[in-house]
Amino acid sequence: MNNFSRRTGVAGLLLGGLALLTPALALAEEAAAAAPVSTTAWWVWPLSLFVVTFFMGIIAVLGGVGGGVLYVPIIGGFFPFHLDFVRGTGLLVALAGSLAAGPGLLKANLASLRMAVPVALIASTMAIAGAMVGLALPTNVVQICLGVTILGIVVIMFTAKKSDFPDVQKPDNLSSALGICGIYHEPSSKKDINWQIHRTIPGLLTFIVIGFMAGMFGLGAGWANVPVLNLMMGAPLKISVATSKFLLSITDTSAAWIYMNKGALIPMIVVPSLVGIMLGSFIGVRLLKVAKPSMIRWMVIGILLFAGLKALDKGLGTKLLGS
Amino acid sequence: MSDHKKTIGASPEQLLYAKILEKGMFFGLGLMVITFTIYMTGIMKPAIPVEQISNYWKMPVSAKAGHGAKDAHAAAKEATAPMAATATPGVPVAAAPEAAAQPAKDEHADKPKPAYLDSINKEFLHLEKPPTGWAWVNLINYADFLNFIPVAMLAGVTILCYAAIVPGLFRRKDKAYAIMAIAEVAILVLAASNLLTVGGH
Repeated sequence: MNNFSRRTGVAGLLLGGLALLTPALALAEEAAAAAPVSTTAWWVWPLSLFVVTFFMGIIAVLGGVGGGVLYVPIIGGFFPFHLDFVRGTGLLVALAGSLAAGPGLLKANLASLRMAVPVALIASTMAIAGAMVGLALPTNVVQICLGVTILGIVVIMFTAKKSDFPDVQKPDNLSSALGICGIYHEPSSKKDINWQIHRTIPGLLTFIVIGFMAGMFGLGAGWANVPVLNLMMGAPLKISVATSKFLLSITDTSAAWIYMNKGALIPMIVVPSLVGIMLGSFIGVRLLKVAKPSMIRWMVIGILLFAGLKALDKGLGTKLLGS
Repeated sequence: MSDHKKTIGASPEQLLYAKILEKGMFFGLGLMVITFTIYMTGIMKPAIPVEQISNYWKMPVSAKAGHGAKDAHAAAKEATAPMAATATPGVPVAAAPEAAAQPAKDEHADKPKPAYLDSINKEFLHLEKPPTGWAWVNLINYADFLNFIPVAMLAGVTILCYAAIVPGLFRRKDKAYAIMAIAEVAILVLAASNLLTVGGH
């Protein structure tokens, strides 16, 4: 009965969150389309941002996605901010989440610095290139590419398998030379798990594309990092998720500097977003113990599907999904 | 072959990295709360009045090639003449961004969209050129630009972490990782330096 009450409470909180989120997003969109000179009181925007990103933080944790992948398409689709500022803030949102989680994951030896260093070197370099290209391209081109990418992420989330403990018979030469391996304690089985990786070179090459896209769209890259680390390179799922989360603090830092140097940061957008998503993530971690992640994951897929279509709609100027 | 030995606990470099990252994160976030409170409460005056910022955040950060999303003006012009291929750094209009819903007029069709940096510089800052790169440092007497300090700290803490682990890596004769860490510091410093610019200002 206790469990039932807790689950009911969680479901109620989430439904309440959605109930608040939907009109907040609708109001944001309506106000944005209303007049050339904004007649909405200025404080409405940081407050709406805080509320929306707070619930986004909860949903992101429960849905197993990063804050960045939700932030850019949703805020970019429904708030009146130009995509340049949304992308810059999206990178900082993903960065902040990674900075919050990174120390704990490193101390617990779930995030592997040895795996992250060579990957980050490639990804952060390409993120700089992606940021520079993204800021130079016309906005509608970026919107279209963003829409396509988000829809691609939906497909990945829908179809990607996960492997808790991939079978890596033998590490390849490069990972052996670099000593990319480790041991971690798995509480569910109460065993110490030895892990090693393979396909290091193809994996590293894939991070060229991942880094570029992270910088260009301000999405963070967790949606791509985990499948590559887990399914391609063979790292256990927990190690992949933790290392991916930590990796964002390096990849997104490099791109965030490009946006900052370009002037694409507005504190009234950045700060409420960062604070909202971090508080939401904090709550989300606590709710994770009682919530049903699979249901939330479907909700996240649905949200991203709509947001991806909205970005495409905006970029193509068809306005089928509103202004 | 690496001398790295598998241990169930994190390596000394990993623990050092985590410690610096954690301290930097808390310090940066705490400072962000303080500077934003200063901004919102009006303890210090912002460069752009808070009630006017919403007129500018719809603009692209700087002028770009092309006109961005189609608007009514471009749609009207499309029927009669080819669109201008590139935008020129426009003289920003002192009011607000144009509404997409307004009827198009041919004389406005080629007008480039106002850009954020140009507009705020013209209206509020009156600098020789719009503030890009580290120019915000000269503007921290304004409450809005004061908030760039914690953002820079959060973005910069990773550089400190990497720099801190280099001596330990060399001591343990882990040259490959020491070199990679130095390379990463160089890349992040290059990104932060504003030496990498693309068009615009």
